[in-house]
Amino acid sequence: MNSEITGVIVMFIITVLLAIPLGKYIADVFKGEKTILDFMAPVERFVYRICDIDITKEMNWKQHMLAMLAMNMLWFVYAFVMLISQGSLFLNPDGNPSMTPDLSFNTAISFMVNCNLQHYSGESGLTYLTQLAVITFLQFVSAATGIAALIVVFNAMREKVTDQLGNFFDIFTKTITRILLPISIIIAIILAFNGSPASFEGKDTITTLQGDTVQVSRGPAAGMIAIKHLGTNGGGWFGVNSAHPLENPNYFTNMVEMIAQVLIPLAMIFALGYFLNRKRLSWIIFGVMTAGMLTFLIPTMVSEINGNPAISEMGIDQRSGSMEGKEVRFGAAASAYWSIVTTIISTGSVNSMHDSSMPVSGAMQMLGMMTNAFYGGCGVGILNYYVFIIIAVFISGLMVGRTPEFLGRKIEAREMKIASIVALLHPFLILSGTALASWTIVNHPDANWSVHPSNWLNNPGYHGFSEMLYEFTSAAANNGSGFEGLGDNNIFWNITTGLVLIFGRFLPIIGPVAIAGILARKKYIPESSGTLRTDTATFGFMTYAVIMILAALAFFPALALGPLAEYFSLYN
Amino acid sequence: MKLFDKKLVSEALKQSVVKLHPKFMVKNPVMFTVEIGTLVMLFVCIWILAGEQSQGSFTYNLIVFLVLLLTLLFANFAEAVAEARGKAQAESLRKTREETPAKLFQSGGIKIISSAELKKGDIFICDAGDIIALDGEIIEGIATIDESAITGESAPVIREAGGDKSSVTGGTKVLSDKIKVQVTVEPGESFLDKMISLVEGASRQKTPNEIALTILLAAFTLVFIIVCVTLKPFADYANTPITIAAYISLFVCLIPTTIGGLLSAIGIAGMDRALRANVITKSGKAVETAGDIDVLLLDKTGTITIGNRKATHFFPVAGYDSDKFIGNCVLSSLSDETPEGKSIVELAKLLGSKSNPADTLIKDARFIKFAAETRTSGIDLANGIRIRKGAFDAIKNISQKAGFVFPDETEKKVKDISSNGGTPLVVSENDKVIGVIELQDIIKPGISERFERLRKMGIKTVMVTGDNPLTAKFIAEKAGVDDFIAEAKPEDKMNYIKKEQAEGRLVAMMGDGTNDAPALAQADVGVAMNSGTQAAKEAGNMVDLDNDPTKLIEVVEIGKQLLITRGTLTTFSIANDVAKYFAIVPALFIAAIPALQGLNIMKLHSPESAILSAVIFNAIIIPVLIPLALRGVKYKPIGASALLQRNLLIYGIGGLLIPFAGIKLLDLAVGIFF
Repeated sequence: MNSEITGVIVMFIITVLLAIPLGKYIADVFKGEKTILDFMAPVERFVYRICDIDITKEMNWKQHMLAMLAMNMLWFVYAFVMLISQGSLFLNPDGNPSMTPDLSFNTAISFMVNCNLQHYSGESGLTYLTQLAVITFLQFVSAATGIAALIVVFNAMREKVTDQLGNFFDIFTKTITRILLPISIIIAIILAFNGSPASFEGKDTITTLQGDTVQVSRGPAAGMIAIKHLGTNGGGWFGVNSAHPLENPNYFTNMVEMIAQVLIPLAMIFALGYFLNRKRLSWIIFGVMTAGMLTFLIPTMVSEINGNPAISEMGIDQRSGSMEGKEVRFGAAASAYWSIVTTIISTGSVNSMHDSSMPVSGAMQMLGMMTNAFYGGCGVGILNYYVFIIIAVFISGLMVGRTPEFLGRKIEAREMKIASIVALLHPFLILSGTALASWTIVNHPDANWSVHPSNWLNNPGYHGFSEMLYEFTSAAANNGSGFEGLGDNNIFWNITTGLVLIFGRFLPIIGPVAIAGILARKKYIPESSGTLRTDTATFGFMTYAVIMILAALAFFPALALGPLAEYFSLYN
Repeated sequence: MKLFDKKLVSEALKQSVVKLHPKFMVKNPVMFTVEIGTLVMLFVCIWILAGEQSQGSFTYNLIVFLVLLLTLLFANFAEAVAEARGKAQAESLRKTREETPAKLFQSGGIKIISSAELKKGDIFICDAGDIIALDGEIIEGIATIDESAITGESAPVIREAGGDKSSVTGGTKVLSDKIKVQVTVEPGESFLDKMISLVEGASRQKTPNEIALTILLAAFTLVFIIVCVTLKPFADYANTPITIAAYISLFVCLIPTTIGGLLSAIGIAGMDRALRANVITKSGKAVETAGDIDVLLLDKTGTITIGNRKATHFFPVAGYDSDKFIGNCVLSSLSDETPEGKSIVELAKLLGSKSNPADTLIKDARFIKFAAETRTSGIDLANGIRIRKGAFDAIKNISQKAGFVFPDETEKKVKDISSNGGTPLVVSENDKVIGVIELQDIIKPGISERFERLRKMGIKTVMVTGDNPLTAKFIAEKAGVDDFIAEAKPEDKMNYIKKEQAEGRLVAMMGDGTNDAPALAQADVGVAMNSGTQAAKEAGNMVDLDNDPTKLIEVVEIGKQLLITRGTLTTFSIANDVAKYFAIVPALFIAAIPALQGLNIMKLHSPESAILSAVIFNAIIIPVLIPLALRGVKYKPIGASALLQRNLLIYGIGGLLIPFAGIKLLDLAVGIFF
């Protein structure tokens, strides 16, 4: 057991050690300082020239958001058309069919918004063309969208009073050429050398020890698996994601994928410190986020390592932990760690089946997505956290008798309105979505759809409720992991989660960018001894409390009916 | 005044029922939703009487209804009592000025009318013993006036036409002489009237900060509306019937009713506290802004130092008799009406000088008044002796012209005095230097502690003085101010304010003169003295009835206290939710899912008693906190982070734990019946 826990700690420490220099590098890139990847400049210039982009033209926050939405719209249309017609296009050695319109709708949105909720299985649902030109492409650009939006906020946080916050296309392009592409290449090479497939050949046939023949899907997977983690996307090449032996062959690749998905979210925290020259602030943010992660991680690891009492009662040895739905090559501890990291960060890739996690773990995984601000996805994690900072600054500013201010700017009614809407949105999407699904199951169990609502759930009762709650939580948090056990490839789930995905993606990006943009135009107030410092442990604690009370408590009744009811029934 | 005066309370009780009208309630989104919940409970009670079985017992539902109604009444009571206190304070000021007869000055002569009939621009006359009918400006005459009715200060003050002390306030009494006053306000529009209508709520507008907080509270309310509405399909899925009473109780307990109920009371109490400090504010915003002040401009004279410079030492040149020197100094100052001159005579008396000038000496003596050209003053005695005192270089000039050598010893003394913040006055006898008088500013006792307190609040203090930079620097250092403007002209103040504002700081200043008016208007918080000119009073956003230049410090603390009270009660209110969740959520589901008994960590007796305990706690916490809301949470200048830590510990952690204890205790009692 001990070595399993050590493995988790080592993974985390390596991530932090890599994230700090990467953070400095990212800050340098966007401050326009010399970096080792400056040789990419001609590539960027070529992109700007063929796209007719004048990068010297700076944009205000509205123009930034317009640019972002316009690009996303384009990608959505492109992805939708590709998916709905993939069956008759090239690079389809396995002869997989085209997607249904509702599934293409859901999949196109899901990958455009960096969520990667998958209502299909990669082996049979996609072709090599769409895996590469749609899925992998969107995994790059959606991650870059989040990071670029955060860089706009960084620009706005500077002391300068301005509404010129850089050029979105420039930031976006550099995010790909200077950050995502180079690191992905390194990870992809590591994965390929460890056994992840990187070929264009179709299914292979192998004979198992039992003598059966099995058709094994392959494809140019290694590169996609790299960006899937680095960009906190999470959508797997294969249906069972990183639990698949070709997607995540061994403990070493498990570490690499684990580190890859935490790397950029962590690096962005440190980048903030280097970019604004406020290193203390970034360490406090890192501290709060890590405390948040541990709040969810510790109960999960404890319950997974201790195993399932119901199985113990059957006389089955539980010394290696609760192993239902887990891969033996990773073990209980590393799987527990992955399950929390993938949910607090909006990756959503899995190396174990969350449906089989212990009830406490299920609750913690959902809380990870419900708070959605501890590390969080590429760029968007800090954007979510920023909204909570604004609320925490407001309340604690009042508590010290000063009109609240953050980084030298006064927080007033308009900013509070935006922050409130964004904070409200998340519980609204999750709870109303789950309410709609519950209502449909109770009142229209036999609705005349391809899958009757009464057949949605593999498990009735509390666990079934968790499955629905998890699905909407995952969609709203743009996470993409599934509790599975839910019949989700049908019109109800494809459409409802598709809509939740869009709202859950763009409002939480536009909100913080708008707040930061509005604040950047306000007068900069130098700090005095009466100013409440936001880079102290006390303020960090305040932010943590605001996140927990505002984001987590709203879900208490829902969690009580799902995982908590299950937990208390199990342990009685 | 006592916190809950009997008369106030009965008035407030009446108001709290009147305020149940949705027209008033809708202004407060949090309490308005509680009102809707209360109405729903009323219908549920009627429904049960009509025979409905599924909603639990009638008594239980009735109690929930009554507790919710009480919650509303408590919140209204908090606002009403704050209003009543403010009104009472303002009324007591206003009483003095109602229906006084006024001697209206007309072309045909003087006509006696009621003060209520006076209009802006009218001119009335006040003789000794008259009460001044309305706020106005003296246009003719000079008078001593008793302003104790407004300020509580019994010493009479002098007001005269022209200059900066021409303003008189309605309700004050002329003690001597006769003045002609022009009315400067319409009846009912004086500052006091404005203040009263602010407190009464008629013209009270929410401050920007209050609006932002209301938005946040509305968001919290919306979150819990979502939580409660979606709970219905969840419960249906889980086959768990939930009564309407339980839904409404969960909702009312979760939304921030504590701060929602006390919010307007806190705002009114802030203005009321300002009024109690004898400061009339023109808007609630001004009080709030005062809490944010970064820079404070203070006049040296009267604020930092007591009145004017005083003589502190006599330094005769070596070989000159000390008593004789003092005698000559007194002689030269006998006709000197300046405060400095008077202080020389006083100091001589204090030192027990035996050389009382003989009448014979003074007889036929010629007094030389101070003139800007010579910059000296003195006396020419009948016996031919000429005594002069004046600035160092002026006397040096005279003495050198007469062929004397200016003594090194005196020159050194002069430098010493200057660098110690004093002003040297050199004295000569027949053009020969005989010594130096040291004049010193007397710094108010305790003022440096007040500046230290301001520094801890993060406020920079700036001294404004007409003194030369050297003297100004010394006094600034001695008093502990952070910066000074020496040889200040009115436009210097203005420029300083603009410069600080351009750097993003908020500036407060006090002033009285007409030439202060532009700076008062420019400053973020401008406090005009009541004795000041009408122009100054119009320009500022507060008027200090006491004419106390240190009042700004109190105003800043009142502003901070206002924000802190809001912040801490918001934190308290939100932290309360944790315990309430643990009381109500298990109660909702235990009947259908017995395993959830594990969530009942308070071990509450039954679902009904858990819900009732939570709503009762939620209701009574409002009146319990009314005194705190009215008095305000104490402000301690210990630095922002330390203050946050302290308040977070008391109101955050306290708010987390107290309801656990409170609900458990209530449950012990309620559990007997349910």
